[in-house]
Amino acid sequence: MPESSIFKTIFGRLTWESFPVHEPILLVTFLVVALLGIGIVAAVTKYRLWGWLWREWFTTVDHKKIGIMYIILGIIMLLRGFADALMMRAQQAVAFGASEGYLPPHHFDQVFTAHGTIMIFFVAIPLVSGIINFVMPLQIGARDVAFPFLNSLSLWLTVAGALLVMVSLFVGEFSTAGWLNYVPVANLQNSPGTGPDYYLWALQIAGLGTTLSAINMVTTIIKMRAPGMTMMKMPVFTWTALCSQVLAVAIFPALTGAFALLMLDRYIGTNFFTNDLGGNPMMYWNLVWIWGHPEVYVLVLPVFGIYSEITSTFTGKRLFGYSSMVYATVVITILSYLVWLHHFFTMGSGASVNSFFGIATMVISIPTGAKIFNWLFTMYRGSIRFELPMMWVVAFMLTFVVGGMTGVMLAIPPADFVLHNSLFLVAHFHNVIIGGVVFGLFAGMQYWFPKAFGFRLDDFWGKIAFWGWVIGYWVAWTPIYIVGLMGTTRRVNHFDDPTLQPWFVVAAIGAVIIGIGILGFVMQIAVSIKNRDKLRDVTGDPWDGRTLEWSTSSPPPAYNFAFTPRVHDLDAWYDMKQRGYRRPQGGYRPIHMPRNTGTGVILSGLALVLGFAMVWYIWWLAALAFVALIATAIGHTFNYNRDYFIPAGDVERQEGERDRLLPAEA
Amino acid sequence: MSSADTHLDPAVHAHGETQGHGSKRSYLVGFGLSAVLTAIPFWLVMADPLGNAGLTAAAVIVIAVLQILVHTFCFLHLNTQAEGGWTMIAYIFTGVILLLTIGGSLWIMYHLNSNMMPGMMTGQTSYAP
Repeated sequence: MPESSIFKTIFGRLTWESFPVHEPILLVTFLVVALLGIGIVAAVTKYRLWGWLWREWFTTVDHKKIGIMYIILGIIMLLRGFADALMMRAQQAVAFGASEGYLPPHHFDQVFTAHGTIMIFFVAIPLVSGIINFVMPLQIGARDVAFPFLNSLSLWLTVAGALLVMVSLFVGEFSTAGWLNYVPVANLQNSPGTGPDYYLWALQIAGLGTTLSAINMVTTIIKMRAPGMTMMKMPVFTWTALCSQVLAVAIFPALTGAFALLMLDRYIGTNFFTNDLGGNPMMYWNLVWIWGHPEVYVLVLPVFGIYSEITSTFTGKRLFGYSSMVYATVVITILSYLVWLHHFFTMGSGASVNSFFGIATMVISIPTGAKIFNWLFTMYRGSIRFELPMMWVVAFMLTFVVGGMTGVMLAIPPADFVLHNSLFLVAHFHNVIIGGVVFGLFAGMQYWFPKAFGFRLDDFWGKIAFWGWVIGYWVAWTPIYIVGLMGTTRRVNHFDDPTLQPWFVVAAIGAVIIGIGILGFVMQIAVSIKNRDKLRDVTGDPWDGRTLEWSTSSPPPAYNFAFTPRVHDLDAWYDMKQRGYRRPQGGYRPIHMPRNTGTGVILSGLALVLGFAMVWYIWWLAALAFVALIATAIGHTFNYNRDYFIPAGDVERQEGERDRLLPAEA
Repeated sequence: MSSADTHLDPAVHAHGETQGHGSKRSYLVGFGLSAVLTAIPFWLVMADPLGNAGLTAAAVIVIAVLQILVHTFCFLHLNTQAEGGWTMIAYIFTGVILLLTIGGSLWIMYHLNSNMMPGMMTGQTSYAP
């Protein structure tokens, strides 16, 4: 049929059947998302905000705005990922015996894959990147990151990846092969659909953004610290950000490589990860876990830094054992490379391999434990203020220690043979990711929100969010630990044994309580914006902070600091306050700043089109997008109009306005 | 942002060049070494003086690593002073990571089938893929 071949040329394998109109759950979701989208577009158009959004936000190279946009992306994707979690919990709470539940296995598989992928790649990574982006340059007294345009490109590439995952919800299907897209399930013969292709393209695009962002952050920390800030006078958060981003630079190529080989397998028929012709699926596991385990530390190290800053600020003391904290961080950075096999002890390797990786895993708990003691000793005999950020820190310490201990249990190879792929493992990593990373990200958002927007967050709704998350976590995951220890395996959408059902019902109730926490957080932001005048902070230093970001106004001006600060002490701002620091009243100079550019948005949009076209085999569109991508990138190198000077008069006016707002300093 | 941009410095775009610049001699030495290090593996493969494919491959890998070192030191001017020592630290770190990744992967893959369920593998021997 010539007609169908024309359609094939134009639309690839995209047909009417690709749109899941026969699935009521997806249809309703699509309608809700479409209505929300239309509503937002209409509102933006009505209030004529497109120009403002494009000029002030989409094209910005300001690290603070990019950080905020990363965090907004993370929060939106958190809602999507959490919706997946609720669906799984509901399915597992009802699918016992004769009841099949409401999610057929193929759909359930997509839900758990999307949940894991989104929560790690599009929630945790953007939130961590966002906080590093916002806070780190302020902490080191810099005016922007080393490569401002690259920063914008990194953000929009991550957004493009997230959009591609969202598109898979409504056009075609997502991968069913688990959050790391495991072969052999993801091989072409077992998953001929679009699922793994969506996964691969989304993550290649977003992964590129993460790698570039990591290079940017490392360079910024090494090259752009304020004068006087030696490595051992760097704030702990900056240290942990440095180690985390060094890790990211080193590991993401392994992931990109593994994904690229799997793409070759799927698109041109190579046999790297098949079972034929010398291919080997375990090599894929090996490569993705070379990325995967250090990735845990990419996420958790900066969060440890957040806890350190908050503990020190809210106990009013210098951090206990600063240098041991730094060395512990560096040791974790190296050790995290030596443990990846513990994710597949059951592969069949011999005693020497398993015991090496088991012991290396247990050794990591030593520097991590040292950190816990450092926080405890910082709190010891401090005058602790239990404000919201500090409450998250305490909840973290209580929760995370349990996750660390079950982690050491799993590191024992014989025990792992029993627990591998059980719900015990799932409970363990949710214990460390929620109790470690998520609690820390919330602590960080509560802590630095006043810096970013100039007003505090509402306390009442913040406490609802806090208790919802903490209680919800324990109610949801304790039963999963228990059924996991009894031998229940993960990624199952139906159970035969009815005695397990009460545990899953309790877990579902826990997930709903976490939902209250999430709603509380959203309400907290909404209520705080509404009451922003009452919650206003004009000092720029609402928590009596100790590091440089608190020395400038809230929100900081585009140039961050009118004068580059000079650093004499680890807690630079505390030291300045002790020595009776006065804000300079004159002598301003023009400030050299990078200029906004829309190239990052355009390149990422083209990357999104390229990814979509490749997923659906629309070769002409893919070629077009690829050529446009390269042409735009080359074209951008001819843009010499990249920087400008903020005139001294503007600086003087902005600083003067702040002086008027500040209460008369003694 | 060092003190350079707190005042209007015309050299604000220079971004502090602290890279080493090689001498003519280092380029010539590098050229000679890399030519020799290219010729030897070519000869090893074509003339097959070792008479053993595995041994030849190992020799070629060793020479390839030497080639990398020659390039980084003679052409990219890696030394302990460049960028205040950071270039060297980054280089050594990369080396460690590569060693762990490649060495670890080989070790793991060599062990692929050491412990299978009884009866699944008759030989119980491990082999490299």
